[in-house]
Amino acid sequence: MSFPWAKHYEPTTEFGKYMDSRLPLPRFVYNSLGAGYPTPKNLNYFYNFGVLAGVALVIQIITGVILGMHYAANSGIAFDSVEHIMRDVNSGWMFRYMHAVGASFFFMVVYVHIFRGLYYGSYKPPREVLWMLGLVIFLLMMATAFMGYVLVWGQMSFWGATVITGLFSAIPVVGQAIQTWLLGGFSPDNATLNRFFSLHYLLPFVILGVVILHVWALHIPGSNNPTGVDVKGPQDTVPFHPYYTAKDFFGLGVYLTLFAAMVFFAPNLLGEPDNYIPANALSTPAHIVPEWYFWPFYAILRAFTTDFFFVPAKLLGVLAMFAAILLLFFLPWLDTSPVRSNAYRPLNRILFWVFVAVVIVLGVAGGKPAGEPWVRISQVLTAYYFAHFLIITPLVSRLEKTLPLPSSISEAVLAKYGKSSSASGVGAAMPQPAE
Amino acid sequence: MIRLGALGVGLIFIVAVLWGAVQPRDVVAPDPVEKLHKHPHEIAWTVNGPGNLGILGTFDRKQLQRGFQVYKEVCSACHSINRVAFRDLAALGFSGPEIKAIAAGYEVPSIDEKTGEPATRKATPADKFPLVYPNEIAARAAQNGALPPDLSLITKAREDGTNYVHSLITGYADAPAGWMVPDGLYYNPYFRSLNVAMPPPLVADDQVTYADGTKATRDQMAQDVATFLTWTAEPKLEARKETGVIAILFLLILTGFGYLSYKRVWADMKRKPA
Repeated sequence: MSFPWAKHYEPTTEFGKYMDSRLPLPRFVYNSLGAGYPTPKNLNYFYNFGVLAGVALVIQIITGVILGMHYAANSGIAFDSVEHIMRDVNSGWMFRYMHAVGASFFFMVVYVHIFRGLYYGSYKPPREVLWMLGLVIFLLMMATAFMGYVLVWGQMSFWGATVITGLFSAIPVVGQAIQTWLLGGFSPDNATLNRFFSLHYLLPFVILGVVILHVWALHIPGSNNPTGVDVKGPQDTVPFHPYYTAKDFFGLGVYLTLFAAMVFFAPNLLGEPDNYIPANALSTPAHIVPEWYFWPFYAILRAFTTDFFFVPAKLLGVLAMFAAILLLFFLPWLDTSPVRSNAYRPLNRILFWVFVAVVIVLGVAGGKPAGEPWVRISQVLTAYYFAHFLIITPLVSRLEKTLPLPSSISEAVLAKYGKSSSASGVGAAMPQPAE
Repeated sequence: MIRLGALGVGLIFIVAVLWGAVQPRDVVAPDPVEKLHKHPHEIAWTVNGPGNLGILGTFDRKQLQRGFQVYKEVCSACHSINRVAFRDLAALGFSGPEIKAIAAGYEVPSIDEKTGEPATRKATPADKFPLVYPNEIAARAAQNGALPPDLSLITKAREDGTNYVHSLITGYADAPAGWMVPDGLYYNPYFRSLNVAMPPPLVADDQVTYADGTKATRDQMAQDVATFLTWTAEPKLEARKETGVIAILFLLILTGFGYLSYKRVWADMKRKPA
């Protein structure tokens, strides 16, 4: 963020000066994560989740590269090689559990990150591109996670791959051909496993590339904040380092502690027992479910049970499932309210929490076997999901009477901690500019 | 334009999905299997807390050895534990020579060094427990069409696996009136389809004579073998929990310091005005 009051990097050592005129890497770090990056001073703990997502990605890449050294992407021995990692590779069990649990934690963190963006209006101008890059990351994560789950080559891997690639067969005329092309055959087999392994190794680095764009796009306008009010002057910001490096370090500690608790004491809690049975094309599991992070979308997929004007139910479900994510790309133009933060949008705030509840219940419904009452619940809630973004949000943003905004972040912070501050903090040192 | 398009797309999806919601549902006959099926019951553990698997609990080595004995004398007639190597038995408290002796009791496939023909040789500690049947067809041919699964991972491959194994092998019962059990199958409410091809494996107390003198009741044998199979499914379980305690202690301290430095760094900013 190029605020005029941002501190400027001054190389102090000879080596620093030498590097600065050749490869100014220290300057780059200083300006992006160091004291040269002014950040709103009122960010709450929900703003830790961006950094946590970055760490989760790095954990996945490191553990994944190690697992890749011992894994064999061949349908005859893939399952055995995973058990080889669990039993014979030094600390292999730890790396595998970190990778499996890490995927779940990555999604948990990203979901909180997305909902935080929704609550504080972080998708609104000037951050639309930042929001859309985040959605691209989310889509890439889903593809990567799905293919990674197939690599285990257990029963749920195999049948999950069958069901998910089967979605493409719903496309009229070319659907079957597309599914066959994706699988490299008529059902998941060695060709499928090999290409999924190749792509599962590739996509995280694509994600890393988009993350760099995401962070770049963040640094142009700078972080949004819980008031949603733009930064007006130096009194509204603190340097990223040491203020947010310290806060992120603490948040990271809490995250890693919870992560370790799950990895070491309940690593299979979120897994399916069926995936400890080797893949068998001749035996279908009683109940095929994806991993928990896909459940809300799985519920939307299965909610369409009747054909509608010659459009088959299956195709409708597939379209709705993809639409459920793709519509988020249009959100900056669906929500036209000039007020970003739900802290000052009393009606939209209620609707936000209703939406959170709807997604959670959709998730529960997606994890259950298809049967009543869960199908009807999914249907009503799927209707609400689309209504929320496509009808209610545009209407509310036009009709809602919002609360008065604080004139600056600084004022909102002072209101919270008591007026007439004599605090001598970096930001508070500057007097409030007259408006 | 975007908002108008969104309204149109939204209405199509909403009407389509709600159209499905108002359709009458076919009456689903209650599944008799679901009604009779029982969830595994909790084993009444006597040592080390539930399942010997409490957060800090370790396996009882004697129990693992007894469980191995039950496996060897009863289960191994049909079921392999092909992912377990003889050398792994060291974790049960067996010594090197004991493991060598156990391995020598098994024949594993080999190649005749002179003729190149398939042959067998005595197993060494480096070998895995051999398969009982060379392949699935041979197993089904010998087992009246049923396939005895490899037990290495069974407690992880079933919901509530340790309790499941115990419940299944002690849970055989007479079929309730009206429930048909086909010839050659046995009624067991803990089995998913209720009709299991495995005959009751533990039929009487003292079916196994324990080397350590423990009274071999059916429940004791089932509990021991369930514990043994929990170990075969995850031989690194104790190492995992041990590492976990250290990792979490380390992270708690680190997080504590992180919190203190966070408070220190922000002290100026957060100081409430006097």
